Amino acid sequence: MRAERTESVIRGVRLVSIDDLWSGMRRVFRCCGAVGTTVVGAALLAGCDIPVLDPKGPIGSEERSIILWSTVLMLIIVVPVIVMTLAFAWRYRASNETASFAPDWEHSTRIELVVWLVPCLIVACLGVITWNSTHKLDPYRQIASETKPIEVEVVSLDWKWLFIYPELHVASVNELAFPVGTPVHFRLTSGSVMNSFFIPQLGSQIYTMAGMESQLSLLADQPGDYTGLSANFSGDGFSDMQFKARALTADAFDAWVATVRASGQSLTPEMYKTLSQPTEQTPVSYYGDVSVNVYHDALNKCSDGSLCTDRAAQLAMAKSTLSGPLAICTPAKPEGL
Amino acid sequence: MNIQARLLAEPSDAFISDDIDVHHDTGSMTLLGFWIYLMSDCVLFAALFAGFAVLRNNTAGGPDAHELFSLPYVAVETACLLVSSFTYGMAMLAVERGRQSAVLAWLGVTLLLGLGFMGMELNEFGNLIHDGAGPDRSGFLSAFFTLVGTHGLHVASGMVWMLVLIAHVLRSGLTDANKTRLACLSLFWHFLDIVWIGVFTVVYLMGVA
Amino acid sequence: MFGKLTFDAIPLNEPVAMGGVAAMVFGGLAAASLITYFRLWGWLWKEWFTSVDHKKIGVMYVVLALVMLLRGFSDAIMMRTQQAMASTGGAGYLPPDHYDQVFTAHGVIMIFFMAMPFIIGLMNIVVPLQIGARDVAFPYLNNLSFWLTASGAVLINLSLALGEFARTGWLAYPPLSELQYSPGVGVDYYIWALQISGVGTLLAGVNFVTTILKMRTTGMGMMQMPVFTWTALCANMLIVAAFPILTVTLAMLALDRYLGMHFFTNEAGGNPMMYVNLIWAWGHPEVYILILPCFGIFSEVISTFSAKRLFGYKSMVYATVCITLLSFVVWLHHFFTMGSGANVNAFFGISTMIISIPTGVKIFNWLFTMYRGRVQFTTPVLWTIGFIITFTIGGMTGVLMAVPPADYVLHNSLFLIAHFHNAIIGGVVFGCMAGFTYWFPKALGFKLDERLGKVSFWCWFVGFYIAFMPLYVLGLMGMTRRLNHVDNPVWHVYLVVAMVGAFIIAIGIAAQIAQILLSIKNRVALADLTGDPWNGRTLEWAVSSPPPFYNFATEPVVTGRDAFWEMKEQGLLNEPLPAYRKIHMPKNTGTGVVVSAFITVLGFALIWHIWWLAIGGIATGILVAIIHSFNEDRDYYVPSDVVAQTEGKYFKQILARA
Repeated sequence: MRAERTESVIRGVRLVSIDDLWSGMRRVFRCCGAVGTTVVGAALLAGCDIPVLDPKGPIGSEERSIILWSTVLMLIIVVPVIVMTLAFAWRYRASNETASFAPDWEHSTRIELVVWLVPCLIVACLGVITWNSTHKLDPYRQIASETKPIEVEVVSLDWKWLFIYPELHVASVNELAFPVGTPVHFRLTSGSVMNSFFIPQLGSQIYTMAGMESQLSLLADQPGDYTGLSANFSGDGFSDMQFKARALTADAFDAWVATVRASGQSLTPEMYKTLSQPTEQTPVSYYGDVSVNVYHDALNKCSDGSLCTDRAAQLAMAKSTLSGPLAICTPAKPEGL
Repeated sequence: MNIQARLLAEPSDAFISDDIDVHHDTGSMTLLGFWIYLMSDCVLFAALFAGFAVLRNNTAGGPDAHELFSLPYVAVETACLLVSSFTYGMAMLAVERGRQSAVLAWLGVTLLLGLGFMGMELNEFGNLIHDGAGPDRSGFLSAFFTLVGTHGLHVASGMVWMLVLIAHVLRSGLTDANKTRLACLSLFWHFLDIVWIGVFTVVYLMGVA
Repeated sequence: MFGKLTFDAIPLNEPVAMGGVAAMVFGGLAAASLITYFRLWGWLWKEWFTSVDHKKIGVMYVVLALVMLLRGFSDAIMMRTQQAMASTGGAGYLPPDHYDQVFTAHGVIMIFFMAMPFIIGLMNIVVPLQIGARDVAFPYLNNLSFWLTASGAVLINLSLALGEFARTGWLAYPPLSELQYSPGVGVDYYIWALQISGVGTLLAGVNFVTTILKMRTTGMGMMQMPVFTWTALCANMLIVAAFPILTVTLAMLALDRYLGMHFFTNEAGGNPMMYVNLIWAWGHPEVYILILPCFGIFSEVISTFSAKRLFGYKSMVYATVCITLLSFVVWLHHFFTMGSGANVNAFFGISTMIISIPTGVKIFNWLFTMYRGRVQFTTPVLWTIGFIITFTIGGMTGVLMAVPPADYVLHNSLFLIAHFHNAIIGGVVFGCMAGFTYWFPKALGFKLDERLGKVSFWCWFVGFYIAFMPLYVLGLMGMTRRLNHVDNPVWHVYLVVAMVGAFIIAIGIAAQIAQILLSIKNRVALADLTGDPWNGRTLEWAVSSPPPFYNFATEPVVTGRDAFWEMKEQGLLNEPLPAYRKIHMPKNTGTGVVVSAFITVLGFALIWHIWWLAIGGIATGILVAIIHSFNEDRDYYVPSDVVAQTEGKYFKQILARA
């Protein structure tokens, strides 16, 4: 019975050997085709605008190096794996009876050592890169520079971006401008749902979340207009939630600030409430004057007049540190609760 | 191709009308399955505890644990539940001894204690809601009501199950199937007891400290 | 009286949605008419719907998966077409709010109602056979699990015709999914479809872990189990450990939406970041639940079709267990950009990379199984080789994104989309297709047409690369995900190419449908008469195709790995026994169908706020389950002469063939 079985297997194999040859050849062609396409593609792409691989600032540049180096490190494993896959499949195809056949060979300590150790080593290298680069490129970390950073407060709304310059007392919607070569220190929050502040050509993105403040530092080496967007889906108007990030020379920046100051509109709490209404494809607008509490209130969820969360936290702390009956003084009850 | 099996008995035994599933002791298999389900329930409570831990200080200007929880009250609740675990244990001993009426009596006592626990918990919830400290007041209260409430729902389900099992035992006596079911409920009931110890430690004791 | 449900719920003014509804209704009516015409309702009820036989339940799961593949894939075609058409400033043909539902439904359907049922179906069909058991540990629970999954599928399909689906993405992050920003019924459909099917999945997890631990045949210790059974065990342990987290998270979201609680709201102390953490604490193990059984499938396939023992069985097992444990400590890599701080980000990045080590070991083990083997390029082997190449690339881009600073510029871009489709299509889909082809003859008694199988493989393989390689480039170009229109002529070219790729995959799927139909037509010619069409190595090939309903007439005794191969080698082949014992089998039951029907009513009622109906649904469902517990007529004995007859028929077939 068993001999018959083996017989039929071999017979079956002989019958399809020509098909195997053809499918093998097709596979080799496809492999060449894939390689060729990659080469041609790479050549084509070299001329294309690929912001993440063509950064205009130090953060983006470091991130690009990491991407490229990590890819190279991994190709050390990936390329041999793909080559071995095709080579083994081809060489040990059933119709190739010249290849050795060892049906019970299932273990080799040497191979095990290599396949466990080599990836371990590569992961160890990547691990070191990861640890160092993650700390170096931590969004909360300020960019080391002799130039004093410019502060920008960012509030993501439905479906637009509000930028407030606390030191300059101006604000704008959907247009961010800053001087070239100056670190920009962002403090970000959201007035609605989660978004992600992202200027691909300058570097890292960071989530914006209501009631939370995230931080980011970016710097542009070269003047230019860069696309900014939200990288976390936030609803109907998400696809149009873009802004322009303009890296300007010092003079151009001053001119921009002057234009914004001359706009005549004020970012008051009432104006903020208007901006909080959902709008799509929102045009750029400028605010020459900013009320002091707008960002603070947005962050602490009291733009609508309710109790600010930082105040609520203070009250809770006060309550818990007092012993005996509660005796907190509030404006409404100066004599305590 | 079929397998040649070494017969576990002589060919002539093949016609013996035995019904032993030789290696499949269904009782212990059911218990193992129930343990595994209980472990998943453990993960469920772990996630609720994690949520509570994250939200415990999010009182949003509203009342916090000090103002809301009365430890003496919770102590009585806890006593109800712990004693009910003991009485269920007595019921299981009676099962071992095959004493059906004792089993039913102890199950009845367990049920009463469980009702006591549930009653006190519902009363506490009712008072909190009435005083404006309902689950919609703040993140802390949402987490509190959900964690404690989920435990309560489990206890209530256990009590419904207990009633059903009492019916089963009355109907068929202490059969193997019923013994397995009682054993599973036993695991469930003691598990809820352990979770409650976690609850009153993390929520009540640590909250009021 | 009917809560929020009114006639306005039917999307009469949305042509695309109505088109989908029409297709569904037409398809359903066509199927129902055919069944009625051939008078098959009774047969379907008795032989399939109420069956507690793991093989039949497995087939039903796979059928559900294939049907939902069509719906999930139509979503994909719609998305690719919309993006191709709307990338030069136009608006395309899909209104934005509909597009948002399409990409949400695409993700939900593919993960929950295509991949999970497919995997669970294959595990159902194969695992009990591989361990020499007669069924799973809890056959009635198995039936209930299937119908609860089907219940979730019914709800999500209903959302197309009544109301809307969620417009939040497949994980429905708050605050977008909270009542304030998603006031419609869409997120509620999402919550209940997933909760209900999630319970089904959890019960299946409990079932399979118990089965594999307790019901292995004599002589089969843990280290003699086939690798597919090992991976099934690990995947099911992951289900037991991870799905409760999903249950809690969705419940918290439901409580926010229904009872005004504040788990994840923007105000009153809610914390949306907690949702993100919880949902991914489930979500990452979930993708390992999907991929581990597929790794098992590839191990079985490559070993069988190389006529060679699997290389490195022990390290395969250790690698699988490592992956299982590690899968719980990597979840944060899904949101490096949420701002957790460098130490936390770095830790999770490194832990993610560590997981790639055992995965790599497995790949090498497969390669060295082929090495010095005799590899036949059958369709399952093509899927396997395609997988090794594709998954390796997907893994590479994954490890790349595991370096947080790289992720800072690639997160949520089309690069991410390309990565996870690379891993899921290359890994899970290719694995399911390989397993489907490999075990099809065992389940149904005849092979699938080989030529159409190869056509569909090549279309999927080529189509995949054409559809997703441009997305890697687009991600590097700064295109983020979930956009329903852009205005960039360069991006437009890539999006058109991607659309073409999607259509090539569509041809592959059409080829598979044709393959199934043609194979059914030619089932006599393609019949598997011996039960061992591939010269297999594991116990499932030791019985007829399809197996007798009791699987094994007598308990197989196993002496090592590749148990069936050993038996063939040692000449321990078949001989009919002089006599057989009667066999204890569970009876079919309609309880699973009925309970799930009431749970579906519960889900529907909760979605539309029809409170009386919800209470009625759950109360009746529980009542039916309780009544079922009083049914003592739930098993029977197969008389020994029936067993002898069944076995005799099979032996005659083999002798005739020889």
